[in-house]
Amino acid sequence: MLYREAGDFKTSYVADSQTFPIRFDRWGYYAVLAVAFGVVPFWIDDYWANAVFVPFLIYAIAAIGLNILTGYCGQVSLGTGGFMAVGAYSVYKLMTAFPDVSIVIHVLLAGLITAGVGVLFGLPSLRIKGFYLAVATLAAQFFLVWLFNRVPWFYNYSASGQISAPERTVLGVAVTGPNADPWAIYMICLVFVVALAWLARNLTRGALGRQWRAIRDMDIAAEIIGVNPLRAKLSAFAVSSFFVGVAGALFFAVYLGAVEVGEAFGINKSFLVLFMVIIGGLGSIFGSFAGAAFLVLLPVFLKNVLVGGLGWPTDLAAQIELMIVGGLIVTFLIAEPHGLAQLWRVAKEKLRLWPFPH
Amino acid sequence: MKLRLTTLALAAALAAGPALANELVFPSLSYRTGPYAANGIPFADGYADYFTLLNERDGGIGGVRVRVPECETAYNTEKGVECYEATKGEGALVYQPLSTGITYQLIPKASVDGIPIHSMGYGRTSAQNGKIFEWVFNYPANYWDGASIAINYLLSENGGSLEGKKIALLYHNSAYGKEPIRTLQELSAKQGFEFIEIPVDHPGQEQKSQWLQIRQQRPDYVLMWGWGVMNQVAIQEAANIRFPMENFIGIWWSGSENDTVPAGAGADGYKALNLHNIGTDYPLYADLKTYVYDAGKAAGAGDQAGTVLYNRGLYAAMLAAEAAKKAQELSGTAEINAAMMRDGMEALEITEATMTALGMPNFGPTFSVSCANHGGSGRAKVQQWDAETQSWTILTDWIESDRSVIDPLVEADSAAYAAEAGVTPRCG
Repeated sequence: MLYREAGDFKTSYVADSQTFPIRFDRWGYYAVLAVAFGVVPFWIDDYWANAVFVPFLIYAIAAIGLNILTGYCGQVSLGTGGFMAVGAYSVYKLMTAFPDVSIVIHVLLAGLITAGVGVLFGLPSLRIKGFYLAVATLAAQFFLVWLFNRVPWFYNYSASGQISAPERTVLGVAVTGPNADPWAIYMICLVFVVALAWLARNLTRGALGRQWRAIRDMDIAAEIIGVNPLRAKLSAFAVSSFFVGVAGALFFAVYLGAVEVGEAFGINKSFLVLFMVIIGGLGSIFGSFAGAAFLVLLPVFLKNVLVGGLGWPTDLAAQIELMIVGGLIVTFLIAEPHGLAQLWRVAKEKLRLWPFPH
Repeated sequence: MKLRLTTLALAAALAAGPALANELVFPSLSYRTGPYAANGIPFADGYADYFTLLNERDGGIGGVRVRVPECETAYNTEKGVECYEATKGEGALVYQPLSTGITYQLIPKASVDGIPIHSMGYGRTSAQNGKIFEWVFNYPANYWDGASIAINYLLSENGGSLEGKKIALLYHNSAYGKEPIRTLQELSAKQGFEFIEIPVDHPGQEQKSQWLQIRQQRPDYVLMWGWGVMNQVAIQEAANIRFPMENFIGIWWSGSENDTVPAGAGADGYKALNLHNIGTDYPLYADLKTYVYDAGKAAGAGDQAGTVLYNRGLYAAMLAAEAAKKAQELSGTAEINAAMMRDGMEALEITEATMTALGMPNFGPTFSVSCANHGGSGRAKVQQWDAETQSWTILTDWIESDRSVIDPLVEADSAAYAAEAGVTPRCG
């Protein structure tokens, strides 16, 4: 009834090819943006920023990045943690070497550096596929973590090997360091998320995205119809690593403020982001957000309910939390192998027919 | 209208909450799950039990009851941040995260929020310089003291000279494990021993290659900066290659029952440093039994009493409680806040008489804290494991560290931090 195409006339090609062709969707999208930009910053406090919104937004960027590579181009990667580390250490080196340049530029440059590293580690994808490629990217994960632990230049020779983010401002407002206000760190992440999600959406439905999907669906057929696999695969690695690098840079500079590479960017991080993509839905921007929300917010929510609400001992709650999250993942994947994004698609199909299903 | 009244009432109740709260809050960022749980549990139990005892026996500290909200970090920095943000609004007086990674994370945040951090024997070593680190304390001793104490102990074993000896450091490849390297390098130059670094990656379950390296290079002594499962594996591997256990010395975080028991008879003779004394032979334990264990109020499973790390938890809680008493005395009010707590910590003095009065005679070193020195006296003992009786024995009296080596390093590292973070030194 509310959710329908009927009556929403498109009079131009631009209008016809927009991301949200249904008016209800479009309004929903604008409403979310309005709340995110206009309401949340005014009541957000330290807890909501640091425990909920900022990690969710940053993981969403990483998940979109991995989704481009794995979901759209079909190249499985287990190197996400390592690429995030490249972003984090790049931004750290840039921040400390050029303190007068804006942090926004540093974050973008860190993304570009990560893109370069990603292309380098993407080269084997031209010869190897599937599980074998996953193992090759796993090598990237271990190599990069080892490198940042091993070479003191990357952490400016600090005694402990920790890197910590100095204070940097955007338009005079601190966004990194301990003095940054919760709304400021939230806003900087939100701006990056919105800009990058918009970019990803438009890349994936353009010529480049079609090439990626052709490679994913059948690379030999794609080659025959004229898709250059070298260009398609390496561009997917580059774009994906750019996103992951930006996520790593924000993760270090804005969210945690101090990291050590083995703990923050270990193999667990690679798996976490991969799970986000799989649970959210391969090949879907919305799925990246849904997956990130599921794996970031659910543990915090469960902890607050079990410990805060029911007063359980913390260790029991922590173990139960792992079981619940694990159980839900299995249930979801059995009930809907295409992830949360597919559930959302099915719900929308049903809504179109509601209240008169045939 | 009715709804609005309810909302107003609710809002008033929420807003009035913290002001009415007549309690002292000591959050415990513990880890009872994950690869470091075996070591996290006894510490958290000891920390909680000591405060339970104060509540049950004395009605709290200075008549104000103590609350210890626990938050599970699993030794993970992201969860540590979440826990910090979740508990800091409750009137937290001091944080003891029992993790060097989380401590590094919290140092800038807590300094801005004005909540003291006590990283007892861990964390950032140069935080002992109170001129730079106003809100961070690491008394009674720190990692660099530990490194120096271990070397001083070896010096005394070798008649005052380590010339030509080979000493390896087996360390957790993280901020924690890397801390002593700089000190050991300095000491190696000063004392003339050869220094080998052998890193072990988190969590440290796989150490075959490291011990192969030890077998090939044949160091005379191995020092260990390990935590969690890494300790057990290292001791087992040392036993496997028949490394002489009495030449294997762990830091105080590598010297608990959890670390040595799994290796069985092979662990016999293993040594470790300790910040405090061991066992249950203290009047305090009688009180704990009466008011806490027998009353069914023990934290966790209640099976950790008397272990090394449980005693460390008690010790950490005791130091926090004493600082709180000092703060109450200085500020003239029983309901102190975090800023008063910091002043109390800075004026803390632990003497033999204090410890005896608390039922813990000769439990830890005597020390006093000052504006410039947040690091205490920097002393520790050496203990040795006896696999036969499954117990530790203290071998030495308090050993001093070599301040002439450590002080310049602390000065340099804290000055670097001050420049980075824009801190102006205090204390005149």
